[in-house]
Amino acid sequence: MKISILLIAVLSIASVSNAQKFFTKTGKINFDATAPKSPENIDGVNKNSICVIDSKTGELQFSVLMKGFEFERALMMEHFNENYVESDKFNKTTFKGNITNNESINYSKDGVYPAKVKGKLDMHGQTKDIETEGKIIIKAGKVQVTANFNAQFEDFKIAIPQLVADKVAKFAKINVDCTLDPLAK
Amino acid sequence: MQHSKLYYIALLSMLLMADAAKAQDLLDLVDTDKPKKEVVKNAFKSIRVINGHSMEFLSPGTMDFRILHRFGQLNQPNNFGGLDQASMRLGFDFGLTRYLQFGVGRSTFKKEFDGYIKLAPIRQSTGTHAFPATIAFVGGMTLNTLPYADPTAHNYFTSRIAYYGQMIIGRKFSEGITLQVSPTIVHNNIVPLANQPNDVYAIGFGGRLKMNKRTAFTWDYYYLINGIQKDAANVPLNYNPLSIGVDIETGGHVFQLHVSNSAGMNERAFITETTGSWEKFDVRLGFNLSRIFQISHKK
Repeated sequence: MKISILLIAVLSIASVSNAQKFFTKTGKINFDATAPKSPENIDGVNKNSICVIDSKTGELQFSVLMKGFEFERALMMEHFNENYVESDKFNKTTFKGNITNNESINYSKDGVYPAKVKGKLDMHGQTKDIETEGKIIIKAGKVQVTANFNAQFEDFKIAIPQLVADKVAKFAKINVDCTLDPLAK
Repeated sequence: MQHSKLYYIALLSMLLMADAAKAQDLLDLVDTDKPKKEVVKNAFKSIRVINGHSMEFLSPGTMDFRILHRFGQLNQPNNFGGLDQASMRLGFDFGLTRYLQFGVGRSTFKKEFDGYIKLAPIRQSTGTHAFPATIAFVGGMTLNTLPYADPTAHNYFTSRIAYYGQMIIGRKFSEGITLQVSPTIVHNNIVPLANQPNDVYAIGFGGRLKMNKRTAFTWDYYYLINGIQKDAANVPLNYNPLSIGVDIETGGHVFQLHVSNSAGMNERAFITETTGSWEKFDVRLGFNLSRIFQISHKK
């Protein structure tokens, strides 16, 4: 009898820990790689980024389909996929990391919490450690994640030919803005 | 006692299972989408292999401004390798949807206008409902605007018009290799010789071998099933057009540099009126310059 109570308790804990995960499939990630004197803007946005947070452990993961980036000009999108990130070979960029100050974030209380994130960015077949500061905004049971960081193309073996160096910068400013819902499972 | 032991084992295994679930990647919990249908793009860098249409389509809302040059024959003396003279075509091509494109052009050769519509019922794709090849159809016409050879005769406007129809079956086999076959019919409303057929059937072959991200080797050949004319001494008056070239992409432009035995730059001209012979080295240098403009912006 005692043991069956224990069993129920274990089961309910398990289900509670599931509810502590948040996710989205419509996260917004945009990048800007416009060189200082470029006549045109080199930027793109992906509105279908996947993001998952485990509020208990502070684990934070992103997955972005490279072909999902939208550009102002169709040719730019083609060149991005074919010549720079080689989307047919490396279709996804992922980030797997942790919120290092997770204990200071109260996911059940509305508020704006500064968050430090550390993890590995895997893009174009290369993995690089990334550390940045962002914000976690809790509002009405939803978790909004915002962050900015730079990625150097050299680190990811993305070659920018001399011919376009006056337009395309050596790094991309990456801007993350995702609103996550509780993961019901 | 027996029972509680069983319970403990059950409990232990459940805990282990919970642990295993935790070790699983977080993303696997949500990233369960199957790959969507996706059209295979960049089979060629441009909408023309060299002379003939390629299996590639313009992106919707873009315009391709094309400047084509064909220089004089390389084997002519005192002609700076043919560069002293040039024939050209200006073209504007528009992408309407991923499956529909049209274009117009004007050539100096015979002061000819041309226009076409290109439609792909099926494009090569991956993911769900994938298809291994692109099947496209092209319908076009050309209009000669030279003065009538004999203005005193009763001339018909329709005699200046020719039509062509083409089917393109192409496949991008890998990032580096693309091949296509294009059965074509060209109909001339009027032909200069009495024994010359009005309908010329040809099969086009085209391909690309990508050398690196920005350059590719291309070739384009049309085999004429009928329509090769011969003079009294059985010497051919026209030949199958063969062009060999290199595509260079510079970011904003695509340059297609090539050597060809054909001077014509529309289907009627290069299929039925290629007078140069590769054997006699009657070949010319030429280039296509393509610049794509975004004309409609999606917001």
